[in-house]
Amino acid sequence: MSLEISYWAVIPEIVLSLAGIVIMLLAPIVEPESRGRLGYLAFIGTVLAGAATAPLWNKSMVAFNGMITVDNYGTFLRLIFILIAALSILLSVHFNRREEINHGEYFALILFATAGMSLMAAGTDLIIIFLGLEILSIATYVLAGFKRSDVKSNESSLKYFLLGSFSTAFLLYGIAFAYGATGSTNLQNIRQALGAATQGTRLLGPQTNTLLLLSLALLIAGFGFKVATVPFHIWTPDVYEGAPTPVTTFMAVGPKAAGFAAFLRLLLTAMPAYHWYWAGILWILAALTMTLGNVVALVQPNLKRMLAYSSIAHAGYILIGMAAGRELNASPILFYILAYTLMSVGAFAVVLTVSGKGDLRVNLDDYAGLGFQQPVLSFALSLCLLSLAGIPLTAGFMGKFYLFTTAVQAGYVGLVIIAALNSVVSVFYYVRPVIYMFMRESTSPAPEISVPVPVIITLIITTIGTLWLGIFPAGFIQLAKESLLALK
Amino acid sequence: MPKEYIPILLFLLVAISVPVLGLLAGKVIRPGGFFFRASRNPAKLTPYECGVDTEGNARDRYGVRFYIISILFVVFDVETVFLFPWAIIYNKLALFGLIEMLIFLGFLIIGYIYVWQKGALEWV
Repeated sequence: MSLEISYWAVIPEIVLSLAGIVIMLLAPIVEPESRGRLGYLAFIGTVLAGAATAPLWNKSMVAFNGMITVDNYGTFLRLIFILIAALSILLSVHFNRREEINHGEYFALILFATAGMSLMAAGTDLIIIFLGLEILSIATYVLAGFKRSDVKSNESSLKYFLLGSFSTAFLLYGIAFAYGATGSTNLQNIRQALGAATQGTRLLGPQTNTLLLLSLALLIAGFGFKVATVPFHIWTPDVYEGAPTPVTTFMAVGPKAAGFAAFLRLLLTAMPAYHWYWAGILWILAALTMTLGNVVALVQPNLKRMLAYSSIAHAGYILIGMAAGRELNASPILFYILAYTLMSVGAFAVVLTVSGKGDLRVNLDDYAGLGFQQPVLSFALSLCLLSLAGIPLTAGFMGKFYLFTTAVQAGYVGLVIIAALNSVVSVFYYVRPVIYMFMRESTSPAPEISVPVPVIITLIITTIGTLWLGIFPAGFIQLAKESLLALK
Repeated sequence: MPKEYIPILLFLLVAISVPVLGLLAGKVIRPGGFFFRASRNPAKLTPYECGVDTEGNARDRYGVRFYIISILFVVFDVETVFLFPWAIIYNKLALFGLIEMLIFLGFLIIGYIYVWQKGALEWV
């Protein structure tokens, strides 16, 4: 009996979980007022995890009987997840003190959630993907409700939990049908079972496995909930608005990227034979998601809510890459996820700092004249918003450019036209806060805004990253190209 | 009619007759039924024939702390659930299995320490 156990294959998860456990054990012991400082320990944990993951680059191995696969695709995403966790932790340290939610468990939960995301990126068995998703989800359900005395935060947590567990049921049912149709939960085995028999067939034929189509529909619904594509997006704005802002930051980038990671691997590795079906569905979902996300974001006066709808719109752009996945492979999506992570975290970091204690200043009017009171903060926010809109010289532009050109080459011209029109619409609501900050007089006396050091570090990382990816994208595009999914 | 459906028909008949016969048997032999008077044995009419008589309403309020106790019970119960199958194939897993199980138990002990430190075991 060979168990094929290789601890190297799961080293990021091991480091992250151990760091989480250490923090959990320390949390009840240290003085209540210094529990927030456990965040620095968590940050060190993410740095260690990053250092442990980096050597996996260019390594490929299959471990745990095909349950876990180490490849550049997974390693790239694992490093992004660790970056997301590190940035969210930096944002949380001061925020938690301000909002009086100094609990050590908070940081442990972020680390556990990151371990779950990491497992989703590396899992090549539906069971492992599901397990990773659950580790991630349960931790984020709790994180969303961390402001226990705040009604909105409770609402956020409850909504996320109810809809999240509902979608998990869909996903599990889909996995069960996939197992029923092919006799395996391993992605490679599913691929072999489906074989080339259905290659080329388009409509329902004698070769088509109807059980698998059912499974595909359920899986798309399940993952659709997790990444907030349009018919399954209803929970997103309320959950993002109510959750503590660093958690919103984490949720807007982390679980979303993890959902895309596992989804893309599932579709490309296990179900390329059914490309005609899933590409068609994803085409429609992508068009709906971008359009609704952008149009509704137009009328949001609350910046946190606006960024929530913006994250829906960006999920729509990434879906283009998914729909064209067989032709494009993963690299434009990976580059886009990295770009989106940097600019989105940057925007949330400023919103979090400006909002002040109790999250009172989150509306557009509160930003009037901010450009003169807080030039640096306003510059950072402007840069991130322009990048989200896709203005040249920023990461957002390069991400969209790379994604759209490759999608056009793959023949998805219609979808790219819709996306380009959407980008134009989105410029309106991304530029509006910039106009408020720099071209309007402040109506109220200047609020006192303190910018703590961890937030400054986050802003430096995100703004430099956004500019760097926009001006010198070649290196990272090369990295993304090396992270192709192996399509054996 | 195809012959294959006869077993299904028989099964249907059996399925119908089981509850009907059961209810009929109850009707015949219960106190106050076909054969026996109700007053013959009053204890037969109480919910529990032996033990202490129930008092008050069943939908009563009770301490929310029980919920923590029950969650803790689940955690440590899972431990046993894992230990049994492990014990059965212990011979095949040998030293590797022992170490893995010790790591698993280590995690549970960490949970125990956490719960203890948090004061969830104190009955305030």
